[in-house]
Amino acid sequence: MTRSLFAAIALPALLVATPALADTHMIAPGEGAQERLQEALILAEPGDEIVLEPGRYALSDGLSLDVDGVTLRGAGMQASVLDFSGQQGAGEGLLVTSDNVTLRDFAVENPKGDGIKSKGADNIVYHAIRVTWTRGPDENNGAYGIYPVESTGVLVDASEVSGASDAGIYVGQSSKITVRNSVATDNVAGIEIENSRDAIVEGNFVSRNTGGILVFDLPNLPVMGGGNVLIRNNLVIANDTENFAPAGNIVASVRRGTGVMVMANENVWLQDNLIRGNETAEVMVIAYPLSFDDPDYNPYPRDVVVADNVLGEGGTDPDIEGGEMLVAAFGGKLPPILWDGLEENEERFALLVHPDLTGWTLNLQRQGQRIEEAQPGPLDAPAYGQGWSIEGWGAPEELEARLK
Amino acid sequence: MIARAALLASLALATAAVAAPRTPQTAMAPVSDVAVMEGMPRLLSEYAFFTDLREQNPTWQVVPYRLNTPLWSDGADKLRFAYIPEGTQLSADGEGLLGFPVGSALIKTFAFGEGDERRLIETRVLLHRADGWLALPYLWNEEQTDAKLALAGARVEVVTPQGEAISYRVPNKNQCKECHSVDGAVVPIGPKARNLSDQWLAGRYEADTLDALPKVAVRLPLWEARKEATPEAAARAYLDVNCAHCHRPGGSASNSGLDLRWEQDDPVKIGIRKRPVAAGRGSGGLAFSIAPGDPAASIILHRMKSLEPGVAMPELGRSTVDEEGVAAVRAWIEGMDQ
Repeated sequence: MTRSLFAAIALPALLVATPALADTHMIAPGEGAQERLQEALILAEPGDEIVLEPGRYALSDGLSLDVDGVTLRGAGMQASVLDFSGQQGAGEGLLVTSDNVTLRDFAVENPKGDGIKSKGADNIVYHAIRVTWTRGPDENNGAYGIYPVESTGVLVDASEVSGASDAGIYVGQSSKITVRNSVATDNVAGIEIENSRDAIVEGNFVSRNTGGILVFDLPNLPVMGGGNVLIRNNLVIANDTENFAPAGNIVASVRRGTGVMVMANENVWLQDNLIRGNETAEVMVIAYPLSFDDPDYNPYPRDVVVADNVLGEGGTDPDIEGGEMLVAAFGGKLPPILWDGLEENEERFALLVHPDLTGWTLNLQRQGQRIEEAQPGPLDAPAYGQGWSIEGWGAPEELEARLK
Repeated sequence: MIARAALLASLALATAAVAAPRTPQTAMAPVSDVAVMEGMPRLLSEYAFFTDLREQNPTWQVVPYRLNTPLWSDGADKLRFAYIPEGTQLSADGEGLLGFPVGSALIKTFAFGEGDERRLIETRVLLHRADGWLALPYLWNEEQTDAKLALAGARVEVVTPQGEAISYRVPNKNQCKECHSVDGAVVPIGPKARNLSDQWLAGRYEADTLDALPKVAVRLPLWEARKEATPEAAARAYLDVNCAHCHRPGGSASNSGLDLRWEQDDPVKIGIRKRPVAAGRGSGGLAFSIAPGDPAASIILHRMKSLEPGVAMPELGRSTVDEEGVAAVRAWIEGMDQ
């Protein structure tokens, strides 16, 4: 009786409540952490903060958050660790499906599938998040470390991912994206922007992956037409790990020693990056190489600009069939930029390059042609003109405000 | 087999009982509309859906139903019930999901074991409130006297009908939504006209709790009689019921581009020669979701047969392999022209 009376009074009051009454929920590691943390994530109200005290949280199942405007905060990416070594179910460590969420200052270790996935979660911030598969590169590691998908407004900042058997930081089918000041090492792909638009990738350190930074567009997906991507001020160094992705996935075809790779995208601008020690290509620009059945898909790169960057002098150990002969043919070093030679039509350049930079082309004649049929030759790419406006690219300003 | 028949018979009996004239039976307490509409009731008994909770005998206001092809959950027996408030009606929407009025509830109890050995594990309720559907999981106590709200889910040791001892996962509230979500809103999955029997729908119509008899061109096959259906119908029904709540536009796995709904007829969208996108090691080194004529090269079967988190599909609600489902999907793929 008391309860129902209380409910009748409390319900209207709750409806008018504002986030001004936001609560902080402290969670400690130890017995029952799975249930206590999951319950806090379910019962949180918009504006609430859930705080992970320092320590290691042994988790048996995936966690999930479906309340808008919640902050999940740890005591630092070394101090508060969500340990999924004993995970028995779910496809990821943490799943976020609500908007305006902030994740910061904690780590996820050894999830069985993906690390943190945020799907349809607009305006999300990942700040000082670490996702690590502690055994290093291994095909049995999960696919993605930080995995926002189908979202508008994504900021990944000061985070760290290693060991992912697909991409460390992967943003898919999203727009208004910034990935910056983060570290991606020992993954198959360090950072991947896929089927996405209006993205800025800057200030990252990307090393010891198979491929450093990938900008892809793939067919048969709900969101296609990737483009408007700015890649600047990154260190993309010695991505020389043998590919350990399970076959079948598109990244399994990425060659060891790929620095920045652009496939089937439009308006991609590379500037002020230091890209070196990537033995196959410092920069690779290609069309989608496989057969596909999708009339809405454009497999060609369009307006990819390699502006003023510092590139390595060229690879001597490329991961390409007949690599030794190629290296010899080019005088002991492969030029740093590789293009497959394919473009949509003559009205729109696939690739434009700073005149001081050199490259080579496979001179392929049609989409889907095998690399064995390449007729390699030096690259003669046109120079680019003025830079583009990047207004509207990158994460919205309001996401920055949450870092303060 | 006998047990299953007995179960069906008991369901039929219960259906007959509620199909009788809808005179309030004052001896039974009515369902608590307050519990359905407000708060998060701590105990299943607070709803008063059942006259005998343990036996799962519903009150006169609560109707049992079954699905032609049901979702498989480690072989658990499932007891399904619908509550529709006095004076309201279900609305037919072609072959699709019945429209449930605000104030109604769907109740599903998961049980393992037969006869006296039957143990109720969990009961999931879907409550249709003014602001949408709410999904809540209830975990049965050891004494089997009531079930308690388990927002964070649980793990329970059970032995499946196949004799496997497993750690059975009771989903948490968010995991309920992972499957029951279209465009971010919680919706029921099961009670689609094409997956319900003619007789059940007619019964509701005659009792004036369904506004019209839905026209259904092709029903999903009765799972236990699937040998009488084509391999394609059996497999597509299985995939619709077990996979398509996530693998559909607006569903939790929409980003995969895979759409396994019964009504989808684009071959690539249902996986035929479709390359994986975000499968990671789930691909098992295979190039296509479905490789026509080649089950061993089809990712879909690889993931149905796996028990590893990160590979196994469905991601939730399965700790064992559904050999019957695997066989049905395999037979369909085998029969495709390469």
